[in-house]
Amino acid sequence: MTEGVLREVTLALPMVPEMEIEASKTATAIAESIRMSPDRIDEVRMAVVEACINALEHSHSSDQEVFVTFQVLGDPDPEKLRIMVKDHGIGFSPDVEPTPAGKPTMVRKRGWGLKIIRGLMDEVEIQSGADGTTVVMCKMR
Amino acid sequence: MTETLNVTVDRREGLAVIYTEGYINNQGGEEIAKAAYKLLDEGYKVLLLNLAGTKIVNSIGISILIEIIEKMLEIEGKLGFCCLTPTIEKTFHIMGLAQYAPIYSDEAAAVAQIRA
Repeated sequence: MTEGVLREVTLALPMVPEMEIEASKTATAIAESIRMSPDRIDEVRMAVVEACINALEHSHSSDQEVFVTFQVLGDPDPEKLRIMVKDHGIGFSPDVEPTPAGKPTMVRKRGWGLKIIRGLMDEVEIQSGADGTTVVMCKMR
Repeated sequence: MTETLNVTVDRREGLAVIYTEGYINNQGGEEIAKAAYKLLDEGYKVLLLNLAGTKIVNSIGISILIEIIEKMLEIEGKLGFCCLTPTIEKTFHIMGLAQYAPIYSDEAAAVAQIRA
């Protein structure tokens, strides 16, 4: 299966509360345009929201921006939506992902973003270093 | 850009239903918590959260729902959820909420079972 980029859209969003909603609206529009099922679109929206919130809360980015790139992949027809959420923050070691924090006897309260993203998307890859973090996630149509 | 959450409450015999309309983020979660704790102060120990009007949540909002669940466990009350979208239900399972608060498909089933 070849995966040519049929369409690409990038948003540069300021790190302000609810910027994740703008990203999720674009995700919805692009997923609808490739006729993804409503339930799968909902999963994409939620994953995009979590990736943006992670950048907002944990990146400590000096430029205070998040870049969200949406790529429709396939050849000749759309097969997959790839989304990259990038910040220019301090990064973290993907091998030591933050674990959700909270009381051990109860569900852990915070730090669930990456776990939720992994649970909702078909493919997830984290690239992180001193120049920032990129969450690359894909959903088949 | 603001997505506000509207919360309404239906007080019934021995049970209160909290309805949400909109995005459950940190502010939305706080609105639900405020309504839930007011109901506890009024003496209600069985609460049902009907999320039919909510299509999107985030993990910060859910973490506040977890605090409400903890409070309910503390006072030996009951909190249930109903009318979740498949994605919200899946997310609740990923986060383990379903272990501590039952999830019902519709309100009638929830009301019948949560009081049992």
